[in-house]
Amino acid sequence: MNEVLRIRGLSHDWGAKPALRDISFTLERGRFTALLGPNGAGKSTLISVLTGLIRPAPGVVTVMGHDMSRHARLALARMGVVFQQPTLDLDLSLRANLRLFAALHGLSRRAADRRIDEVLEILDIGARAEEKLRAMNGGHRRRMELARALIPAPELLVLDEPTVGLDAAARAAITAHAHRLAQAGTAVFWATHLADEIAPEDDVILLDRGRLRANGQATELAGDTPLAEWFLRETGGAPCPA
Amino acid sequence: MPRLSHALRALAAIVWREILRFALQRGRFLSALVRPLVWLFVFAAGFRAALGLSIIPPYQTYITYETYILPGLCAMILLFSGMQSSLSLVHERENGAMRLMLTAPLPRWFLLAAKLIASAVTGLLQVFAFLVIAWAYGIKLTLTGYLLALPALALAALMLGALGLFLSATIRQLENFAGVMNFVIFPMFFLSSALYPLWKMQESSPLLADICRVNPFTHAVELIRFALYGQFNAAALGWVVLALIVFFAGALWGYEPTRSRASG
Repeated sequence: MNEVLRIRGLSHDWGAKPALRDISFTLERGRFTALLGPNGAGKSTLISVLTGLIRPAPGVVTVMGHDMSRHARLALARMGVVFQQPTLDLDLSLRANLRLFAALHGLSRRAADRRIDEVLEILDIGARAEEKLRAMNGGHRRRMELARALIPAPELLVLDEPTVGLDAAARAAITAHAHRLAQAGTAVFWATHLADEIAPEDDVILLDRGRLRANGQATELAGDTPLAEWFLRETGGAPCPA
Repeated sequence: MPRLSHALRALAAIVWREILRFALQRGRFLSALVRPLVWLFVFAAGFRAALGLSIIPPYQTYITYETYILPGLCAMILLFSGMQSSLSLVHERENGAMRLMLTAPLPRWFLLAAKLIASAVTGLLQVFAFLVIAWAYGIKLTLTGYLLALPALALAALMLGALGLFLSATIRQLENFAGVMNFVIFPMFFLSSALYPLWKMQESSPLLADICRVNPFTHAVELIRFALYGQFNAAALGWVVLALIVFFAGALWGYEPTRSRASG
């Protein structure tokens, strides 16, 4: 099965304020798809729906064929999520944090340690496994969040503006990691308002004021125009600082 | 239903994390102990002379005021522990840690129940540390009393933790939490049998005595009091179980996905 995520006719309101309107798209294995949109476009709401934190009305979300509204546990078991906010405990070591998360996914201690070592190797952070997160800088903490999301070996990796607050080098490192994961076969869904995080061959879903404005490969959508310029033209916004 | 092994691993991890966090916050542990100890050493000493206590069940003889307020202080520790957990949950929801929990592939009711059990375990650790100090101070009970009090304390901890869980679902911002102190903790504690028997309250104000009788905290105190003396108070048990069910149902309602808000 190449299709990892399918969203059909998804809408959501916050009280009287519409947040998402009739969103439909699919994601495929091995693709890096950027959910591009200005602040307030509805990206976080879409990710909250995708991860089962809020229930859409109406709309259908299926992950690896599992309907999120009826089989959320099966869907969530195939998914890794990096939220905008930090989720790890700063007073615990990276390994302790990852063990807790592995237990939430039902991994035994032995299986968890094996998977933790694999993930730390993939992200090249094995040397810092026993360090407390409080001792790490913002960039490293974000990589640890990515490590946490990879513990269940997800087929779909969802990242909600994972580079917020990071310097250019840390942003580049996280973006490169996510692209490598897509090349290795994971479907990566990357929410951002920064067009420079998107490579020409990546897929782009443009979200603006709760509506899906465009969906396709970055080069096809923008043509010869730089993607950042195309993004501003499409959304009518002011340039975002990189 | 999740696989049993999965559920047990997740439960153990959530409880262990709570204990670890509690152990790392020494200030929280000390303040949790100082509060009831001040009541026991200072307040009780002052009121011993002023308050005359007749023989009331479960006591077989005249008792000191310190002995009378011991169960109430145990419940007070659990009340503050439940509210502290509630505060942590509001903080976790604001900083994102709660999202991590709620997106685990486990039913939401199970995750909330696991958080509740974890909160109860840390509350029980504080109560038994307090009971050890009270024992050293001279308020000694039988070993059977301590053992029989454990299920009563656990049930009271779950009920008060469920109240905290329910409040955390309804409080949207950390700043609003100060109101909980004024509108929940103090009325619950003072409008109960923790510090004075209900007949004393009845003499002063029948209306306040009636309010005390419907306060679930009163019944938690009485459940603990009777259990510490090897006795069983069925009415108190019924009230505490009922309150636990109502508060936990309220928490489930509050954390239902259709009621949640995204961050942006």
